Parts: sequence; structure tokens; C-alpha cells
Amino acid sequence: MKKFALLMLALMLILPQFATTAEANEKKIKAGFIYVGPVGDAGWTYAHDEGRKGMEALPFVEPSTFIESVPEGAESARVITGLVRKGHNLVFTTSFGYMDATLDVARRNKDVVFMHCSGYKAAENVGNYFGRMYEPRYLSGIVAGKMTKANIIGYIAAFPIPEVIRGINAFTLGVRSVNPKAEVRVVWTQTWFDPGVERDAADSLLDVGSDVLTMHQDAPATLQAAEARGAYVIGYNTDMRSFAPNAFLTAPVWNWGPLYAKTAQQVKDGTWKSESIWWGMKEDLVQLAPLSDKVPAEVKALVSEKTAAVKSGKLHPFAGPIKDQSGKIQVAAGSVAADGDLLGMNYFVEGVRGTIPK
Amino acid sequence: MFEILLDATVRAGTPILFATLGAIINERAGIINLGIEGLMLIGALAGFAATQASGSLLLGVLAAFVAAMLAGSIHGFITVQLRGNQIVSGLALTMFGIGITALFGRSMVGLTIAGFERVAIPGLSKLPVIGKPFFNQDLLIYFSFLLVVVISLFFYRPRWGLALRTVGENPAAADTCGVPVILARFMAVTIGSGIVGIGGAYLSLATTPMWIENMTAGRGWIAVALVIFASWSSYRALAGAYLFGGITAMQLRFQAMGTTVSVHILQMMPYFFTILVLVISTIRLQKGASQQPENLGQPYDREDRK
Repeated sequence: MKKFALLMLALMLILPQFATTAEANEKKIKAGFIYVGPVGDAGWTYAHDEGRKGMEALPFVEPSTFIESVPEGAESARVITGLVRKGHNLVFTTSFGYMDATLDVARRNKDVVFMHCSGYKAAENVGNYFGRMYEPRYLSGIVAGKMTKANIIGYIAAFPIPEVIRGINAFTLGVRSVNPKAEVRVVWTQTWFDPGVERDAADSLLDVGSDVLTMHQDAPATLQAAEARGAYVIGYNTDMRSFAPNAFLTAPVWNWGPLYAKTAQQVKDGTWKSESIWWGMKEDLVQLAPLSDKVPAEVKALVSEKTAAVKSGKLHPFAGPIKDQSGKIQVAAGSVAADGDLLGMNYFVEGVRGTIPK
Repeated sequence: MFEILLDATVRAGTPILFATLGAIINERAGIINLGIEGLMLIGALAGFAATQASGSLLLGVLAAFVAAMLAGSIHGFITVQLRGNQIVSGLALTMFGIGITALFGRSMVGLTIAGFERVAIPGLSKLPVIGKPFFNQDLLIYFSFLLVVVISLFFYRPRWGLALRTVGENPAAADTCGVPVILARFMAVTIGSGIVGIGGAYLSLATTPMWIENMTAGRGWIAVALVIFASWSSYRALAGAYLFGGITAMQLRFQAMGTTVSVHILQMMPYFFTILVLVISTIRLQKGASQQPENLGQPYDREDRK
């Protein structure tokens, strides 16, 4: 028995040596993700988690960790620090409200790479990334503008921040590019995720005569409202057609996988450097989900033509002239809105009916 | 427009109403239950899963009731039998509910069911103004009306209803009269929890027929507050739940109609009303009209009887 124990001890000492020599020259990526919602939200967080799984397919990526429903703000620093302590060398924080906490933790952990989604601050070891969701939003607006008969389109908006306002404007510009008579009505829920309130908001827009709906929240409640009342709906975040088989037209969707895989590769190779990534349809970070068969062939053809134009850079959704609600020119004819203006957008374009809470 | 508004009010208020009624039953027996949010989630998931598997909405509602009852019995066991801290046990129940539904709900995400449909009550649904909002609804809403009346009658009419109330007011006196205090409290906690579960199931079977993690989004906490707001009366619970549902529905509709009133003012309304009602009920309380069960939050131990 004593001999056996000794043998085991010897083996325990020797075996790890073999393991390390085999892997010594291969840097492993151990990634951690902070999510604002549950993976089961079928929306924003679900899309990030699909991206995470895509990244895990890479051979040098160890099984990654994710922590769901982490409240935004200073509290999140504790959770991020926890991931660092557990040996993660690449951390993605996937909501705007984690920005300051991410920078705070990063300052004290220089050997870890942090990627913060949808913010604007960066540091030596903190990059930020987001997608030009306004591109597929514009295209989905074309679909809505073509499909509406009432010329009233309902938009269930989340919080009055530039990202949401930009989405509403791009959508409206898409609508008006094919249907100048249509208006987009906006209802704010001040929620990212409350299916009950979002359903009620969708119903309230249907009650005032909207026949096409779209939304910016993470739950598919709007889709069910449209399905129940025989209206059309454009989803968001992920392809949610199973929630509204008859009402669903299309959805602007996220595709984080390629970006996450690329980042992991760069960190492994040591070529990663802090930058602000704002990819669009060209890089395939944002997409328009396949149009449903409710959309007539000529509209499909138009959308695929415009999609190609957006990808090649020939068509910019925010190309002037663009007027705001009061009729004032915000983007002059012949120019396009600069990225800085897009990121700080705080006005509604002509064609939106609603106000931005100040 | 008023009809539509009233209709939306009833639909938005119903899940909160069920949860408040369940909480009232708990507290009438003297047990504070802060696990309402978790129980609603358990009810929502169990209801959805059972309906998804069987195709029967009735089975879904039953499953929600039973599952929440079982979860509630944990709280009952800890607070009644073991005389544990009710606040801590309730909070733990909420966290348990959030966690366990997230775990078991994962395979349910993205699945769909045919939810509750409206069933018009002949005659009544033709009434002007109140006909459509109250009598052209789904069966669970009619059930909630019935429950409000039954619960109210129960606490004031039959012997065992009075006995249960006494258990919450003065358990020692009830014990002296031969009321099985421990059993009565335990039953109130489990049955009350089951009714809370139906409130959760209303969300996953009627409001938005689907399962999404954390889909109750804080409604359980509103119910906890509404119990005080309703001063432990089921009729006032109905009024409170509809007030909350109604204000939310109203502010969304004002926006949809394109009014220029500030969204912030509109969205402040539910909270403004909460403060208002709390002020009014506190003033009434000071005048000695408190309905709060005398022994609320106190564990009962026969040995400690004075």
C-alpha cells in the first residue's frame, strides 16, 4: 500500500511535466463573457452567446465562461474581477453600462485583454466594439415601407440613447425612401427586457392603426402582438420567426462569431491592439435575416440590390439631405453623416412621430 | 378609446392581481412571503412547460399551481415548522425561483404554444363601456374575478376562514381555541404560493405565450408592495393591480397617440400613485384603521405563549 501511494505521488509529480512540455509553445485563450440579460432571452444576450460558441470552435480556445444577468454599473466590476481572478485572459463585457467598470478593472489587470461592447472609452488593454446596426435597420425600413397599407408603422423603442435613436432614424429613412407618405410612430418602454410591457406597447401601437411593427427590445413580445392581431412585424437581434410565423417579415440581426474568433486569434498571436471596432454589413457583423415569403418578389429584389449597395459602400443610410422633425437640415445634400454625429445622434428625422425624452 | 384602455388595464393587471391575492393569503396567516417573484417565475415556467408538452392550457394552469405550491412549501416548512426568519427565507425563495427556472427553462426558449383566447360571456359582453374590457376576456381573467370574491368571503364567513385570520392576528388565542396553528399557517403559505404561481402562468400562457428567463420582470415585487397598499383586502388588491396595469397601459397609449406630454412625466405616474396611496393608507393607519395582521412576521411557538 505504501509503495502504491509512493508511485501515485511520483506519477502526480511527473505527469504535469509532460502536459506542459506538449503545450508550452501554444498560448491558450480562456475567455470570459459578462451578459446583461439571460442567455435564454432569445435576443441580445442569446446572440452574444451564439458568438461565444462560434469562438469556442477554435482549437486553442479553452471552454469559455459566461455570467448572465449582471446588473450594469459599478457593481459589475466585482463580477469582472472575479473572471480575471479565475485566470481568464480575454474578457468581453457586452453591455453599455459595463464601460466604466471594465476600464476600472482593466487598469489593475494589464495582462488581460478586455473588449467592451457598445461603449466609447478605451485603454491600452481595453478595446471597444459595436456594429453598424443602422445599415440592416435601413434595409428593414424599406421592407416595412413597401408592406404597410395604413402608412402607419409602429416602433417600440427601448431607452432614449443615441444607439436607439439612430436605429429609429435609419429605419424611418428606409421607410421614406420607398414610401414618403408613411410615418413611424414611436413608443418608449424604458425597458430592455420586460415582455409584458413590450407586449402592451405593441398593442397600443396596433390600436392607433399601425400595420407593421418593429422594436429595439431583447424579448420577442412585439412579434407575438403582431401575430395575434394579423399585422406584420420586423424583429431584432436574432431571427425570431418561430414566434410569429405569419407576421414575421425579416429582422436586423447580430453575428458576433467572426469578431470574437478574430479577437481570440489576435490575442493568441500577440497582434491584438486596442482599437474601436465599428463593423457593418461589409464585415458581416450585422445582417438582415432572410425575407419571409410574405414579401413580394420585386421587394426582395429591391432589398438585395440595396444590400449590395450598402455592402459596397455606395449607399449610406445617412446620406444627405436629411431633415429633422422640425424641417431643419441636419445632413447637407451631397454629404454623409460623420461617425461622430451618428454616435451622438439626438434628433429624430422627418417622418418620425414621437418625441425624445430629454 | 376608453374601452381599449380599460381592456389593456385588466390584462396588464391580472398577473399582479393573482400574485397579490396569493401574498395576501400568506400574510393573513401571519407569514411574510418575499418569494413572490420567484414563485411567479416557477409558475410561469411550469405552466408553459406543461402546456407545451400536453397541449392543454388547463393542465398548464394546474402545473403552475402545483409547482409554485411545492416551492412555497419550502418557505412554509422553514418559517412555520422551523420558525426561521421569514424575510431571509422569502428572499432565498426568490433567488431559488430565478435560478431554477433559468436552469430548467433553457430548453423551452423559442418554443411556442397557443395561448389563452378571449371568450365572450353572452349578454354581459354586450354591456356598454365595461362589457368588452371585463366580459370579453380569457378564462383566467374570469377566474381571477371569482378568486377575489371567494377569498374575501372566505376570510369573513366560514369558521375556518375566521380561524385562519385569527392565526395571523393572535396565534396563541387560536391555539387555545383548538385551531391547529402550524397546519393552518403551512396550508396558507402553500395554497397562497400556488395562486402566485398562476399569476406567473398568466404571463407565459396569456400575455406573451412563451417562456423567457426572468419574464416576470419585477412584477412579484409590485405584488409585495400591493399587499400593504391593499391593506390585506382582496377587493382593494383588485383595485391596486388595475391601477398599476392601467397607468402603464395609459402612458403607452398616450405615446402611441402622439401626445406631446413628456414621457418622463407619463412614466413617473405609477410611482407617483404608489406614493400617494401609501400616504393615504398611512394616514388611515394612524387613525387606527390598520388591517395589518397583528402577528405578521412572528413565528409561533406554543412554548413561548404568554
